[in-house]
Parts: sequence; C-alpha cells; structure tokens
Amino acid sequence: MFRPKLDAERPPGYVEPVTTLKSLATALRADLGADRVIDDRQELRTYECDGLAHYKVTPGLVVLARDTADCVRTVKACCEARVPFVARGSGTGLSGGALPRADGVLIVTAKMREIVEVSPADERAVVQPGVINLDVSKASAAHGYYYAPDPSSQQICSIGGNVAENSGGAHCLKYGFTTNHVLGARVVTPDGEVVELGGRAPDSPGYDLLGAFVGAEGTLGVATEVTVRLTRLPESVRTVLAGFESPQQAGAATSAIIAAGVVPAAVEMMDALAIEAAEAAVACGYPPGAGAVLIVELDGPAAEVAAQFAQVTALCEANGATELRIARTPAERALFWKGRKSAFAAVGRISPDYIVQDGVIPRTALPEVLRRIDEIAAVHGVRVANVFHAGDGNLHPLVLFDAAVPGADLHAEEASGAIIDLCIEYGGSITGEHGVGADKAKYMPRMFTDDDLQTMQLLRCAFDPLGLANPGKIFPTPRLCGEVPRKHSANETPAGADLF
Amino acid sequence: MDDVVAPATTEEAAEILREAAAAGLAVVIRGAGTKIDWGTPPRRVDLIVDTTRLTGVVEHAAGDLIAVVRAGTPLDSLDFGTQQLALDSPLPGATVGGTVAVNTSGPRRLLYGTARDLLIGITVIRPDGTITRSGGKVVKNVAGYDLGKLYTGSYGTLGLITECVFRLHPVPAARAFVTAAVRAPDLAAQLAAIRAEQVVPSAVEIDAPLDGPVTIAVLIEGTAEGVHDRAARLEKLLGGTVSDEPPAWFGAYPWPADGVGVKVGVALSRVAGLPPGVRGSAGTGVLYAHLTGDIPARLAAFRAAAEYAVVLTAPPSVRDELDMWGPVPGIELMRRVKDQFDPDHRFAPGRFAGGI
Repeated sequence: MFRPKLDAERPPGYVEPVTTLKSLATALRADLGADRVIDDRQELRTYECDGLAHYKVTPGLVVLARDTADCVRTVKACCEARVPFVARGSGTGLSGGALPRADGVLIVTAKMREIVEVSPADERAVVQPGVINLDVSKASAAHGYYYAPDPSSQQICSIGGNVAENSGGAHCLKYGFTTNHVLGARVVTPDGEVVELGGRAPDSPGYDLLGAFVGAEGTLGVATEVTVRLTRLPESVRTVLAGFESPQQAGAATSAIIAAGVVPAAVEMMDALAIEAAEAAVACGYPPGAGAVLIVELDGPAAEVAAQFAQVTALCEANGATELRIARTPAERALFWKGRKSAFAAVGRISPDYIVQDGVIPRTALPEVLRRIDEIAAVHGVRVANVFHAGDGNLHPLVLFDAAVPGADLHAEEASGAIIDLCIEYGGSITGEHGVGADKAKYMPRMFTDDDLQTMQLLRCAFDPLGLANPGKIFPTPRLCGEVPRKHSANETPAGADLF
Repeated sequence: MDDVVAPATTEEAAEILREAAAAGLAVVIRGAGTKIDWGTPPRRVDLIVDTTRLTGVVEHAAGDLIAVVRAGTPLDSLDFGTQQLALDSPLPGATVGGTVAVNTSGPRRLLYGTARDLLIGITVIRPDGTITRSGGKVVKNVAGYDLGKLYTGSYGTLGLITECVFRLHPVPAARAFVTAAVRAPDLAAQLAAIRAEQVVPSAVEIDAPLDGPVTIAVLIEGTAEGVHDRAARLEKLLGGTVSDEPPAWFGAYPWPADGVGVKVGVALSRVAGLPPGVRGSAGTGVLYAHLTGDIPARLAAFRAAAEYAVVLTAPPSVRDELDMWGPVPGIELMRRVKDQFDPDHRFAPGRFAGGI
C-alpha cells in the first residue's frame, strides 16, 4: 500500500519534552494502574494507525482511559512533561486525525463506553466518548428516538471520534452534522482542566466554544462526556432505488428533486464502477448494467412522505430512470443501503489498492466535475469509482490502483490530489466529513489564506498555548502562540494564563 | 463624543478598523440598532461602525441551496423566491449581521435551527483590520475550525462580520397553526403528547402570561396534503383550532421597549415548571420573560428553574443592580479566546459575559 513520506521532524509550536516517555510511563503507571498504560513495542503497534491505514506511526505510549479523571491525569502529566498527546476513539477516522505521535501519548477513550443517561423527556442522551454511534440509537429506539448523524462506519465508530471530526453521513442534507446534534460536552482542555461546554439547553451564554470544539479534530482537548440531541423516529420512511444510464442523468434527477422544494432525508449516487464493486462484495441487487444508481429516501409524517414520494419517483422517471425499485420492507431498504454503506470496502473486490477521497463541490457543478474526474483518471492512468452524497455535493471518488505496479501509487496519489484541486476550483471544500487530519493539512493553504489559517490558530492558542493537543493535524505549519503581540490588563488575565 | 463610520465594502471596513487599531480606539458595531442596548454597556466607545451600507445579496445559488449576504442587509428584506433563509426575526428591521452576532432566533428554530446552524461561511474583519474567512459556500464542509460558530452570538466582541453564507430551505407549499388553551397543570403532558405525535412541527410555542391561561401554538409546514393531515391530528390531540395565521404573540418578545427582557434556556422536561410570565419555544427549551415587580427575585426564580437566564435588556437604573449574564461555565477559556482575537480589548469592551 502507498505510504506517503511523513515528516519525522517535530513540528515547531511546542516545547521540547523535558522528561522522557519512559519516566512518563512510570509516573502514569503509578498514578493510573499498570494495566492502563501500554509501552510494549509490539502492543503499541496495535495503535499505529486509524482508518487511514497507509499512515503509520507507532505511539510513544498508550493510555487506556477509564474516565475523565484518567484523562485529566494523563493530560496534566503530558503538559508538565511537554509531551504531545493524541486522543483516539474507535480509530475509524479516514484522515489520520488519530494518527499517533512517536514522541507522544495516545489517549484511547474506547473503554469509556457507558451510556450515562437516555432522557426522552428532554430529547437528550448523555454518553461517554467511547460509546458506539449506533448504540445511541439502539438505546433510544424503545423510547421512539434515534441519534441522527449516521456515518457509514456507525456500527463501529465512537461518539468521541464523531465529535472530534464533526462526522456526517448519508442523512446530513436534511438533518445536519454532528455539530447540530451535540448540546454539551465535558472537555479536558490541553492544560488538563475540566470544562463543561454547552449544556442541556441550547444557546448557553457566552462564546459558543462547543461549536468551535466540535470538528476541531482533537486539537482543542479531549471530550470525556457528550450530551447529544435525540431525534424523534419518523412515522414513515420510504426509499427508492433508481437506475440511470449515466451519472449525468442521475444528477439531473437530483437537481429536479431539489428544485421541486423537496429536502430528502438522503440522496446517494453510485456510478457503474462503484455498483460493480458493491455487487461483487454484498450482492445488493442493484439494476444490472446501470450507469448510475440513485438512492432517494424520504422520511417524516406519513401523509407528507406519501405526497413527496410520488413527486420524487415521477421526477426520476422524467429524468430518464430506466428502473425504479421501491423498498417494500425494512429488509429491502436495508439491502439498498448495504450496497451504499459498504461501497468503500467493496472496491477492494475490484482493485487491490485504493484511495478514498472526500471532497465537496456545489451540487450543480456535478456533471462538469464528473467529466473532469474522468479526464484526470485518463491522464493519470487510474480508474475512479464514484460514490456521492449527491444531495449536498459531497463526493467520495475512490481512486483504484495496484501497488504491485511500480509507480502506480504515485499516479493514484496525484489523481486523488487533482480531484481535490478540482473541488477547490469549483468553490467547494477539501473535505466534507472525513476531516483534514494528517492527510489534508497540506491542502489547507489552497482553500484558505494565511490570514484565515492564522485566525484559526488564534483559537487554538487560546485552548492550547503549548501546542500539545494533536499537533501536526489540520494546520500545515504549526506556529508558536507567543508570536502574537498581546497585552493583558491585570484585572482580566486569569491566573495561570501567562504561559508565554 | 463617538464617531460613526459606515463603510460600504469589506475592504473599506478593514481600512477603517486598521486605522482604529493604530489609534487604539474602542469600537462598537451597529447594524439597525435593534439590539444595541443588549448586553452590559461597553466600558468605552470611541468609534461606532455602522453596517447599514454593507447591504445586498452577493449570490443566490438556488440549485445549491445557498446564499451569500452582506451583513447590513435587513433580514426581513431577503427574498429568495421559492427558497428562504429560515431565520425568524423577532425584532423587525434587524440586520443579518446583528442576527448572527447576537444569535437571535424565533419559533421556527425547532425545525431549522438558529443562525448557528444555518451559517456555513463567514467573512469577519478582526480587530486588527485583517480580513478573514472561515467555512465556505457548500453546505457540507469540515475543513478547518468552524469559526462561524464562535462569532455567532459573540456580540461584536471578536470582530466585524461583513458577509455571511447561509444554507437555504425551500419555502413550504402550505402551513397551518394549531392553537389551544391549556391549564397550567396540564402543560407538561400536552407538550409530551405533541412530541409523541410524530408530526414534525416547525415550531411549538407557548405563551404563559403572569395571569391568565397558557396558550400553545404549533406551526406545521409542508405539502398541502401533509399539513392538512398533521394539523387535523394536532387539533384533535390538543382540542385546539386550526388557522392560517399565528396568534398575535407568536414569535414576539414579551417585554415592552423599556422593559426587563430575559432569555431562558431550560431542559425540555422542565419547560412546564418555569415560573409564570414566560413565552417562547417550548419545543427547544429557549423562552423569554418580561420581568416586573421584584426583579432580582424573579430573575433568581428563573435561574433556579432553568439552565440559564440571561438578562438581554433592561433600563439603566435596573441594569446596574443585576448580574445580567449569570454564571457562565467556561468563562476563563472565553477570556483567553478574547485575549487572542482582541488582545487590546477594544471591541465592545465589557459588553459580553464576564466583563469580556
């Protein structure tokens, strides 16, 4: 598999460790218990990567946290020793956001798996960060509720990781992202303090630090308890699978649906290559020979869904759908989704190696962008399978290659990068849901100016003046917080903030 | 004597702010001025930057469900045809920038969220005059910190918002209001019944005056067929009446121009337990109260019954007696944010929580 060159140099932005990892391990073992701390080389390698497996770094030390107190002690110890730390949930992230540091501590929150409270009367649940996304919905289902954000990895990904990455999913167009469903978080700040951000009611007074924290990819601290909003289960869900001759037609159908004022719960598209892969992997029974399939799902009150579903199927037909299949049972609906949700892994059936890309374009640019992706694939001699959240323009091109062929990995990486440039050219984004992480920090200056990035760093410096929380992620060039000219008035500077 | 400047472009505003920075001036941002008396009075004001010339829709990409709007544009002047920016304006004439800066919201926040949720990109001039952007022009985007959330509700203490990118929604084909009087002891059960009904209301509002019966008003939006069906179900459930227009109090703050206005945030299960004299979104737990009589005692009663109660506005005589913001968890971290963005504390100094 393709391995990009990792910068072995410690980025600037934090102070040299004043103690060794070895003595840190000894101290943490005494403090937390021997079974909480891993420093065996072999065992450490278990944590060398997250879902973006071609980036690998063996962590210096792993702490298996049981609770907030464990996280506080670990972060404080890191802070005193000037050692960087990285938080990790289930390790399913696709941008290397939980890529460890060889010179740092990996704080694993996967064991913090308690669903503390499910309160249908408040439409809230309080969960620990290691709780699996889908388990929140399962725990709420008996009360008639669910947790709306549904990344494809929802059977294994953790809420803590979702919060860090502001995870999306197939139903974002209607229901929003993690950030719209998190009401509060207990956070261990990078200096080891515990702070409650947000709460059980929306609009907590003061700056919306919770809004800034969600999606900060672990660079502003570690969430140790999360209050999420539960959503009432819809009365009716209807799903149609439509086959088209081409992605262009499927795109036109999507545009027509949006133009008609329908906001579907989900609109997903797969092209011929992605369909082929999904069929090979999970036999989802998509229309044979289709150039593209569209999964359109509507949910809500029964009368509402019935009226709009008729509209949606008519619009698919009017835009050239060759076949329409309407899910008659929950099992059929699940099969439609199985093909889509397993698409990334499925391409392994048709290609030995692949890169999962995640970019966003204005949805209306889809036909043009698809044509340009074809050109890129031709130029670089790779195949690209396309999977989209078509409703919101979030593309997941899968660049297929064979690492056994010399140079193929580089061509694939170049093609993948060119697709990101395309997203920027069309006014979109370098990531819609996978995050910047270690993988895309280099693209940030293409989307944002130095001033924009420097402004984001102001927030980071407020939370993490020493630059110890997940350094090397998001920002291409970490900076010393002390660079900013600052003045303090004596009566407003909190004690202990003078770290510069 | 405060100077007032009214830049017409982001660049012009940046130039003004650079000069203000060089001169060490304390700056207050003003849109239409509908909330200029909200928050604690700033300790110092040397320059008022008026945004009412920064107006107009820069772009409306209907197929992409987004719009780019300049900050001084009145919210209620926006017309996107069959689409809408689904933000209510409780104060007529309020600008887009002011709405974002204070994060005001109305009944439909239940379905659509607030400025916090609808804002997908923002242009802000920092106190030192640097023009910066975060977010973008696409609905789905997780590149970099979501600074739009930080600026939303920051009361102009972190910089000057000049342009906002919003996610739009289709204008629904039909709507109906179901209004019902309810006895105070039955309120909790009625609200729970509405939640259980799976009718996906756009708003669930209550008006519980100090004296007199409680009224529930539910807004249903959607297709003509769907709205008819759902409104009929609610009508039966609540024993209410269906109408095309909202009751007069719907979406209006309950205080008069010179009154003491409070915003209350409460867990949904505790809405019915709030002291009387409250109005607002029972569906989200964000409500408003007009305090009269023994104001400190009434404020304390709301703080005891809710997650928070913030005094938004009050006459000067009362203001000095009150802790307007109340306890704010995370205030030390907020001070550090302010120190980073506005190290000289020149932007609306003292207007925000904790003297920020």
